Amino acid sequence: MYEGPVQDLIDELGRLPGIGPKSAQRIAFHLLGAEPADVTRLQEVLQRVKEGVTFCDICGNVSEQATCRICRDARRDAALVCVVEEPKDVLAVERTREYRGRYHVLGGALDPLSGVGPDQLRIRELLGRIGGQYGGAEVTEVIIATDPNTEGEATATYLVRMLRDFPGLTVTRLASGLPMGGDLEFADELTLGRALSGRRSV
Amino acid sequence: MHVRHLQVTDFRSWPTAELTFGRGPNVLVGANGQGKTNLVEAVGYLANLGSHRVSGDAPLVRHGASSAIVRATVVNEGRQLTLDVEITPGRTNRARVNRAPVKRPRDILGILRTVFFGPEDLSLVRGDPGERRRFLDELLASRSPRFAGVRADYDRVLRQRSALLKTAGGLRRGQRGRSDDAALGTLEVWDNHLARFGGQLLAGRLDLVAELSPLVTAAYHELAPGGVATVRYRDTAGPDGGARAGQGPSDPESLAEALLAELRRVRDQELDRGVCLVGPHRDELELTIGDLPARGYASHGESWSFALALRLAAYDLLRAEGSEPVLVLDDVFAELDQRRRSRLAAVAGRAEQVLVTAAVEEDVPAELTGGRFVVRDGTVRRGD
Ligand SMILES: Nc1ncnc2c1ncn2[C@@H]1O[C@H](COP(=O)(O)OP(=O)(O)O)[C@@H](O)[C@H]1O
Ligand SMILES: [Mg+2]
Ligand SMILES: [Zn+2]
Repeated sequence: MYEGPVQDLIDELGRLPGIGPKSAQRIAFHLLGAEPADVTRLQEVLQRVKEGVTFCDICGNVSEQATCRICRDARRDAALVCVVEEPKDVLAVERTREYRGRYHVLGGALDPLSGVGPDQLRIRELLGRIGGQYGGAEVTEVIIATDPNTEGEATATYLVRMLRDFPGLTVTRLASGLPMGGDLEFADELTLGRALSGRRSV
Repeated sequence: MHVRHLQVTDFRSWPTAELTFGRGPNVLVGANGQGKTNLVEAVGYLANLGSHRVSGDAPLVRHGASSAIVRATVVNEGRQLTLDVEITPGRTNRARVNRAPVKRPRDILGILRTVFFGPEDLSLVRGDPGERRRFLDELLASRSPRFAGVRADYDRVLRQRSALLKTAGGLRRGQRGRSDDAALGTLEVWDNHLARFGGQLLAGRLDLVAELSPLVTAAYHELAPGGVATVRYRDTAGPDGGARAGQGPSDPESLAEALLAELRRVRDQELDRGVCLVGPHRDELELTIGDLPARGYASHGESWSFALALRLAAYDLLRAEGSEPVLVLDDVFAELDQRRRSRLAAVAGRAEQVLVTAAVEEDVPAELTGGRFVVRDGTVRRGD
C-alpha cells in the first residue's frame, strides 16, 4: 500500500478491464514521472469521451454525428440487421469482413443482478426499426449476435420471443462453435466469420 | 493414476514445498499444525478446483502473498501430464497442462482424480444438504468433466433468476407498471434456462446416485455388519415429493419439462418470497440407516461409517471406470475403530497410490508402509 493519491490512482487503474495490480502500479508510476503536458492531454481526452461521444439515433453505435457511418452507407444492406450487445461487438463483426448489413446495439444484455431488464436495453428501438423503413428498405432478417454466455443467451431467447410475431421476418442466431462462456469480441475473425455465415433460423 | 511430483508456492502455510511421491502408500507424519493437510489439500485442489475445507480461494493463498501456485505431475497409464494452477483470489485463476495455458481452469478437471477422506467428512452425514450436493457434483465432474460447466451455467442462471425474483416480487407487491410487466416477461426466459441446465444437472445426479447407491450399501455393510444404509435422491420436481432412486438412465429433456411445470406451479409463491424454490440447488441426497434418517439420528460411530462408505463407494465407482483415482486419507485413522481401520487399510493397501497424513506413526496401519515424509518446521524431509 502506498499513501494517499498514488494508491487511489493504482486502485482506479486496477479497476479497468485487463489491468492487473502489477500493471496498475507500473502505469501509475509512469504517470507520476510523465511530463505535466502529457498528463493534461490524457485528462482532456478522458473528459471529452465522456462528454462528447454521441450514439447513433438508428443503431445505437458510438457516432460523431446523429447517425453513424454504417447507417449512412448506402452500400450496406438495410434489410439485414445484426443485433449485438456493445459497440465493441460491432468492431468484432466488422473485422470478419463477412458482413454487409447494418447493426443494432442493445447497450448490454439482460442482467438482473446488475438491474438490467428489457427497458434498460434498446429493445423497443429495435422493434420500432423492424416495422419502419430505413435507407429505403424494410428489415427482413435479424441476426442475433449476443455474447455466448448466460446473459447473452437469455437476451437472445427473449429477443426471439419478441420478434416471433413479425410477419415475413427471419430471425437467425450465430452458428455454434463460438467459445461458450465467452465474449464476442474475443472470438477470432475466422471463427466469428464462420459462425456468421453458418447462422441458423430460430 | 498417481501423482509423481507436487510443488506448491505460497499455498497455505507453505512459501514453497516440493515432494516426490511413489506408487502405493505415501505417509506424511508430523505434529498438528505443521502443514500436512495443506499439502494434500493442494493435491485435492488440482482434482476439484476447490478445497475440501473452505469454499473460497482466499484462505488458500499464504497470508501476505497475492497468489499461490500448485503444480503436480500426474502419471496415468504411462502417460505423464503436468498440471498447474495459479490461484489469485478476486481474479480468474489460470491453469496450464504441460505448461500450455488452457482456456478455463475447469478444462483440467478429470485429469487428476482423487477420493479424499478426512475429518471434515463427518459433515457429509451431519451437515446441510449442500454438503451432500457438493459430494455428488464433485464426483460427477470428476467422472464427466462437462458437468463442471453445466453446474457453473446452472449457478449463474440461478443467481440471475433469484435477483429477478427479488425485484419483480417487490414491484408486484407495490405499484404495478409497464416496467414490471417487462421484468415478468423475462422471468419466463430465465425459467427456461434454469430448467434446461437444471434438467442436465439433475439427470447427471440421478444416474450417478443410481450407480452409487448399491456400492454405498455394500461398503456400509462391510464397515458395520448388520447395518443397512441406503442413499436416495430427493428432488424438487420429482413425483410425490420427489424420492427417486435407481430408475435407469434419466432424460435431461423430460426432467427439464418437469422442472418447468413445477416452476409454473410455484411462481406466485416464488414472487412472494423472492427465492427460487425449484431446482437441483434445493435437492437432497437422503441417507438412511435402517428406517431412520442418518442426519439427526445416527450415532457418532455410525455417522463415521456412513461418511467412509460414501467415499469408498466413490472410489469403487471411479476405479471401475478404468483409471484408478488417487486415494487421500487425511488424519483419519486416529478417528476410526478397529474394524473400520482395517477395512480402510485393506482398500488403501491395494490402491495404486494413497497419500496418508498422521500426527504420529503409530496411527498408521501396518499395511500402509511405504514412502515416509516428515513434516516439521516448514520443511518436508523424506524419512526412511
Ligand atoms: N493462508 C495461510 N497462510 C498462512 N498459514 C496458513 C494459511 N492457511 C493455514 N495456515 C496455517 O497452516 C497450519 C495448519 O496446517 P495443516 O496442514 O492443517 O496442519 P496439519 O499438519 O495439522 O495437517 C495452521 O498453523 C495455519 O495457521
Ligand atoms: Mg491435518
Ligand atoms: Zn448507426
